[in-house]
Amino acid sequence: MGSIATIIWRDVRQSYASGGTWLPVIFYLSAATLFPFAVGPDRALLLQTGGGILWIAALLATLLPLDRLIQPDLENGVYDQMIVRGLSDEIIAAARLVSHWLSFGPPLLLAAFLASGLMGLEGAALGTLLASLAIATPALAGLAVMIAALTAGLRGAGALGGLLLVPLAIPLLIFGAGSLSTPGNSALLFLAAISLLLVAITPFAAGAALSAVRE
Amino acid sequence: MAEAISCTRGGRTLFRDLTFVLAPGQAGLLTGPNGVGKSSLLRLLAGLLQPSAGSCSVPVTKALCDDRLALDEQLPLEQALRFWARLDGGGQADVAAAMAKAGLSHLAEVPVRYFSTGQRQRARLARTYLTDARLWLLDEPANGLDSDSVNQLGTVLQSHLDDGGIVLAASHIALPITFDFNLKLAPLEDMEACL
Repeated sequence: MGSIATIIWRDVRQSYASGGTWLPVIFYLSAATLFPFAVGPDRALLLQTGGGILWIAALLATLLPLDRLIQPDLENGVYDQMIVRGLSDEIIAAARLVSHWLSFGPPLLLAAFLASGLMGLEGAALGTLLASLAIATPALAGLAVMIAALTAGLRGAGALGGLLLVPLAIPLLIFGAGSLSTPGNSALLFLAAISLLLVAITPFAAGAALSAVRE
Repeated sequence: MAEAISCTRGGRTLFRDLTFVLAPGQAGLLTGPNGVGKSSLLRLLAGLLQPSAGSCSVPVTKALCDDRLALDEQLPLEQALRFWARLDGGGQADVAAAMAKAGLSHLAEVPVRYFSTGQRQRARLARTYLTDARLWLLDEPANGLDSDSVNQLGTVLQSHLDDGGIVLAASHIALPITFDFNLKLAPLEDMEACL
């Protein structure tokens, strides 16, 4: 347990120290800033579509850190050294999921809070948006870790990662953005179920990819 | 330790029916031409590869020192090493001792990315010295080292052996310790293990 905390702490510190954490945040805020310029400052239209746009921006922000999640440590032999010390691929992938969420989830929620002001979202709608993103960010982090592990070592991994993420993220988008327009919390519950599923399979899928790339 | 192991990489069998045993306090030297499977054998023993046939049992803790640095480039050496020390259950004193053994104490505060080839190699060795592993698997440990550093490496290896540790090294550069046996890998047909 102590060694897992050590690994997570190293990853989180590295991510915040290198500034990699703030790239998705800046991207997210830029997208939210540009949208009102593109569709015009009509308050009713912004209220209606703003939540959906913020959700799409969150998906796209997921893609930005893909190439830095697994590839550098894999190339540098860090994972090899962990395996030699008796850690399993699944544990390594699970630790990566937690550390990636810690440097991706909270900053993205902060950015969503700031960006919602630009869309004029407030009150219950703002609460629902933040709740849906809070539920979905672990799943987005899990998808990012899985795709990064699958595409590690491939050329053009970035573009391939985008192609892989889109179909896998559609259920999250449907229920996440849907929770903004449907009354009640059924969409949030579906979102939570999908999020749990993705988080649960991440250590095994990403772990299998890590072990396959070693052969 | 290894019994009749074979290794296939990329559809090509590198070695077949290789059997050898290393006892505590023994050192083995692995030689052979490039691409014959020395690194693969070391990775296999480290548990990073599976043998395509046979079995190897390594009932002791192991450390691998290959061509990958596995240290955070932007961190000072001491902090980069401390990560592995924590994973191995060690502390600050272990890091200082390992750096001293590798002759890197004066570079403790220098970020790893500024290191020269020889200094990087010594950093890899320091990462290996940190572990309390009994079996050291060394892949070309003297690469890029000057002659003083090679002698220093020999001293550390000898004291590891005297403590009952085991060393298996693949090296083209003569290492200043006595090896108990020399495992000569040759392209498959004329392979033999000389004891």
